[in-house]
Amino acid sequence: MDPSTKLTKEIEVLKQVLPLITSHKDRNSVSQVCKDFYHVERCSRTKVFIGNCYAVSPEMVARRFPNIRSVTLKGKPRFADFNLVPENWGADVHSWLVVFAEFYPFLEELRLKRMTVSDASLEFLATSFTEFRALSLSSCDGFSTDGLEAIATHCKALTELDIQENDIDDVSGDWLSCFPEDFASLEVLNFSSLNTDVSFDVLEDLVCRCKSLRVLKVNKNISLEQLQRLLVWTPQLIELGTGSFNQELVPRQFQMLESAFDNCKNLSTISGLWEATSQNLAALYPVSARLSFLNLSYANLQSSALAELLAHCSNLRRLWVLDTVEDKGLEAVGSCCPFLEELRVFPAGPFDQDMDYGVTESGLVAVSNGCRRLKYVLYFCMQMTNDAVATVVQNCPDFTHFRLCIMNPSQPDYLTNEPMDEAFGAVVKNCTNLERLSLSGLLTDLTFEYIGKYAKKLEILSVAFAGSSDLGMQQVLEGCPMLRKLEIRDCPFGDAALLSGLDKYESMRSLWMSTCNLTMTGCKELAKERPRLNVEVIKDEETDEETDKVYVYRSLAGPRSDAPPFVVSL
Amino acid sequence: MESVITHEEGLNLKETELRLGLPGSDESSEKESISISSSRNKRAVPDSVEDRESVSDTKHATAPPAKAQVVGWPPIRSYRKNCFQPKKVETETGSYVKVSMDGAPYLRKVDLKVYKCYPELLEALENMFKLTIGEYSEREGYKGSEYAPTYEDKDGDWMLVGDVPWEMFMSTCKRLRIMKGSEARGLGHGA
Repeated sequence: MDPSTKLTKEIEVLKQVLPLITSHKDRNSVSQVCKDFYHVERCSRTKVFIGNCYAVSPEMVARRFPNIRSVTLKGKPRFADFNLVPENWGADVHSWLVVFAEFYPFLEELRLKRMTVSDASLEFLATSFTEFRALSLSSCDGFSTDGLEAIATHCKALTELDIQENDIDDVSGDWLSCFPEDFASLEVLNFSSLNTDVSFDVLEDLVCRCKSLRVLKVNKNISLEQLQRLLVWTPQLIELGTGSFNQELVPRQFQMLESAFDNCKNLSTISGLWEATSQNLAALYPVSARLSFLNLSYANLQSSALAELLAHCSNLRRLWVLDTVEDKGLEAVGSCCPFLEELRVFPAGPFDQDMDYGVTESGLVAVSNGCRRLKYVLYFCMQMTNDAVATVVQNCPDFTHFRLCIMNPSQPDYLTNEPMDEAFGAVVKNCTNLERLSLSGLLTDLTFEYIGKYAKKLEILSVAFAGSSDLGMQQVLEGCPMLRKLEIRDCPFGDAALLSGLDKYESMRSLWMSTCNLTMTGCKELAKERPRLNVEVIKDEETDEETDKVYVYRSLAGPRSDAPPFVVSL
Repeated sequence: MESVITHEEGLNLKETELRLGLPGSDESSEKESISISSSRNKRAVPDSVEDRESVSDTKHATAPPAKAQVVGWPPIRSYRKNCFQPKKVETETGSYVKVSMDGAPYLRKVDLKVYKCYPELLEALENMFKLTIGEYSEREGYKGSEYAPTYEDKDGDWMLVGDVPWEMFMSTCKRLRIMKGSEARGLGHGA
């Protein structure tokens, strides 16, 4: 057949296949094959992921993709989570909503991370999109519970309301009462991070009506007794976030709670568990064997309480705990959870000068001995050794995410007093699938030499208080072909290091450097050589440093038009 | 896990610990210097009087870096900082602990600080619940008694009241439970 007929047939096949291709990376690949594929793909895409809201303008998105129903938008640099980005920096969603209202009137889903969202924006959202179904707000700021009232009042088809860890004005719990009395479509409700009381009667009625509810995460003001009453209505639940878990229960109440849990045959995730006591945790035993994710990071458990519970949780894949469980608790993890793939250990009192508890290298080694399938670790600890890390990665070579935080900055191997270079060297040599790495401890340029040489699949690197010279950063920029995000603070990297990445940054999402040795000269040079990069200097009122914070990212939209006075686009 | 027992035994090990920091290098953002190790360092701690005196002068210069001074470090989200209170704070302010008794419909509370020794506490419990607990012996617990006083320690373990020195009991006791009947008699019998 002639080439044009062949292409037409290929397009027909593509049109059949494309609805099944949902990953945005795959769709991006399809769109690059040829112009025809690009056009078919762009018209059929219904979900768009924008990893940096300033990389592209809302109008550009609307022009390319006419049929979007679901948008995911991410805003501020990640270090904003740790107060390194001043307030009013930007990433306001409103201008996006205005464009969406015009071009995507049938928008169904909006997922925002680190964006600024005002109550007015939430009201606009609620009233502009008649088919709106799912709202997820994670680490956002700028709104209050009043904004949630607008959502509850106007979104008649809402299936998902997921409010996670935002910095918001928690005025009242009245928003929950704004759902209409016949409203019954919720499948996901997460208000665990809100602090004000909601009306329990309203909640119970709502939960009872919403027969398709599969995710319910309440806040800590909901008591155990109230939780038990809710669970009676939701045996179909897959994910549960409890309220406070430390109420004293008499035997009858305990039995009712235990049997309520037993009734939930599909439960695979439990979180919340605020201030859980070991007696009350026993109520989870009927469902423990089915659990795949247990989030105990709000329950300051001691080692024996954790061990008791984990003895029943043999199928766990993901576990989050506080370091109050200590190394002894982690030994229990190693012996009870052979299928564990993800472990996160958060510090209970990271700013507490008197803290005399926490986890050390032996806890992590104990976990790695028992959990050979570990892929993801986030570990805040008091001390670490090179040997321990080497042992851990020998036991578990499948790590994709290795995030180690030795909490004292620049702390060496406490046994040998050497830098921790060999530890991270072992990580990158052994873990060939490593995608994300967070460094800590005393580190010289050798660490970065190892990373540049071995970490060929590395996508995200976080560096703090590390390195000896520009060479360190240069080796990473030159050696890691898949690097997307590089965030650096308090390192001795200067203009030469910055400029060594001239050919690199356009293939990355972003670079953040704060409290390093950059000067305005170097930053201006970068901006001049690479006009398709936005090079932004954040002026810090508190320090005299002109270039204390620099944020570099590729963009099709040119310099920001909404930059506040303290953000200077070079 | 070897824990460094500090104040309970009257040694202030932090003050006497030898460290490798440079004098005056208590800035946690020092990049090049070998940083001050945390107080959990397992190197041998000097316990001779001479050593204690000789390092006391440098105590100030080698104090652990104030963790709260570095902005955004350690990298913890603020919502995690705000909603958590370390458990140990409870026992430091007032020493009210809950007391439950098997079969009783509600719990009581006692202030441990009011009592100076075990016999005083046990007498108070006997009065509160109208029962007799009997005498403690190391070998046989509260032998012959219908009741055994137990307590939950900070590890979450249930212990027999009376085994450890009073001071240690005061600082580790989280709650009391008066066991009754055969369960009570089981404790302390060569277990």
